[in-house]
Amino acid sequence: MSFLLDVLTVAAISAGLFFFLAGSIGLLRFPDALSRLHALTKADNVGLGLVMLGLLPRADGLLAALKLVFVWLLVLLASSMVSQLVARVARRGGSPS
Amino acid sequence: MTVASTLALILVVLLLSVAAWTVVARQTFAAVVGFVAYGLLLSIAWVALSAVDVALTEAAIGSGLTGVLLIGASARLRVTEAAASPERPGALLRGLGALASAMVAGGIAASVLSLPEPAPTLAPAVAEHLPSIGLGNAVTVVLLAYRGIDTLLESIVVVFALIGVWSLAPDRVWGGYPGPRQYADPNGILAYLGRVLPPIGIIVGVYIFWVGADLPGGKFQGATILAAMWLLGMMAGLADAPPISRTWLRILLVAGPLLFIAIGFAGALTAGAVLAYPDGYAKLLIKVIEAALMPTLTLTLALLVAGRPERTARG
Amino acid sequence: MNVPTLFGLCAAALVGLGLYGVLTNPQPLRKLLAFNLIGNGVFLFFGVIARRGAAAGFAGDPVPHGLLITGIVVAFSASALAVALLLRLFQATGSATLTGDAPTRAEADDRDV
Repeated sequence: MSFLLDVLTVAAISAGLFFFLAGSIGLLRFPDALSRLHALTKADNVGLGLVMLGLLPRADGLLAALKLVFVWLLVLLASSMVSQLVARVARRGGSPS
Repeated sequence: MTVASTLALILVVLLLSVAAWTVVARQTFAAVVGFVAYGLLLSIAWVALSAVDVALTEAAIGSGLTGVLLIGASARLRVTEAAASPERPGALLRGLGALASAMVAGGIAASVLSLPEPAPTLAPAVAEHLPSIGLGNAVTVVLLAYRGIDTLLESIVVVFALIGVWSLAPDRVWGGYPGPRQYADPNGILAYLGRVLPPIGIIVGVYIFWVGADLPGGKFQGATILAAMWLLGMMAGLADAPPISRTWLRILLVAGPLLFIAIGFAGALTAGAVLAYPDGYAKLLIKVIEAALMPTLTLTLALLVAGRPERTARG
Repeated sequence: MNVPTLFGLCAAALVGLGLYGVLTNPQPLRKLLAFNLIGNGVFLFFGVIARRGAAAGFAGDPVPHGLLITGIVVAFSASALAVALLLRLFQATGSATLTGDAPTRAEADDRDV
């Protein structure tokens, strides 16, 4: 049983790392701010969710596992709001600096 | 090379690259963004050095609040960027600067490599007296019992810094509202975030303060989260900093350090030395002091970021 | 080379980078950023000393950790005061430079709105 959980951990975290890598490649290669935002938020949120899924079997107890899920939901909330704000500025043609 | 040292090496390389970017970036905004990223990498470095309380403080204050402060400053100083390029030093001065920095860095590196081998430590002394206090988090005990004088003076120093910031107000707006008026679309995303996140943030902040007695956490990290939620409300146009002439503000700012001083001097009567706790009451008194310092710290940290008074009316 | 020594050398490099930034950047805000780098490098060095003092069941000497937390908070309040001074200088003289001539008393009074 614990061997299966270890396999789950390694597989989920590796898949999460793959999505993070894809998001970072998108950040470097896409032509403009809006498409880069799209790559970052989609790929990084899925990547974080998979990493969190891989860490769940290693949490000590239900409360620690719920805290991990709570962290993921907070990051989801914050990153979606921030990407909307950045997209508004980018669409208006302004730059942040 | 073990896994831990490989990860540490990767972290160090990342840390130095982002720090170098912060120094050489052309635009100030890019340098500030690099500084915030550097602060978050530094918190991971603190965890690698087994200093979890320091990691929380660095992520909250060192990277978070300092980042907000510097982003605001770089936005307001944007127009001075172009005027600075003729002042850049020439190659000779840069070379001399690099030489001086390399010598200082080399001196510190030499002292790192020649640290005494059985490393001197106060950990056994801390462990010996920890059961008499009754708290589980050794860093909280160090901050409030063994080095209570440091925390007392620090809570007074941050209030001094706030008074210093306030004293920069021109005479005609003295006593007014800090910072410029924030305009945000009341139906927009920022206002939505300002309504959704603060209730969660307040619970998390109070939790981190409360759990700091036995687990990593404490009043500095909790007060920073509460201050950050208030700043988010200010930026979203949903809340405003109070005018600095309000009596309740001034009373709350000094109440924390005054209570700390009072308990400290009471310790001279009941336990034989200033800032000593009588037996059995240490845990209670520490919790009272921390609860009294929370409003002071929250107000001070938020108002340090909000800045000096700039307007006399709300609008 | 163990992990604490590696971070100690990293701290030395950070202090060097920060010092270079303070010496060669003309803008005061960039100098403040580089000064924060110096401060963080010193804190990291202190953290290495704390890590080497692990004993009696602790993973790191708690006394330096307490001093570091105090240091980070005080460094933030110093940065806040420096930023407030810089913004006031900008508002009073119209430029944020440390090399220009100081405004005369009459100019400063005119601008002090």
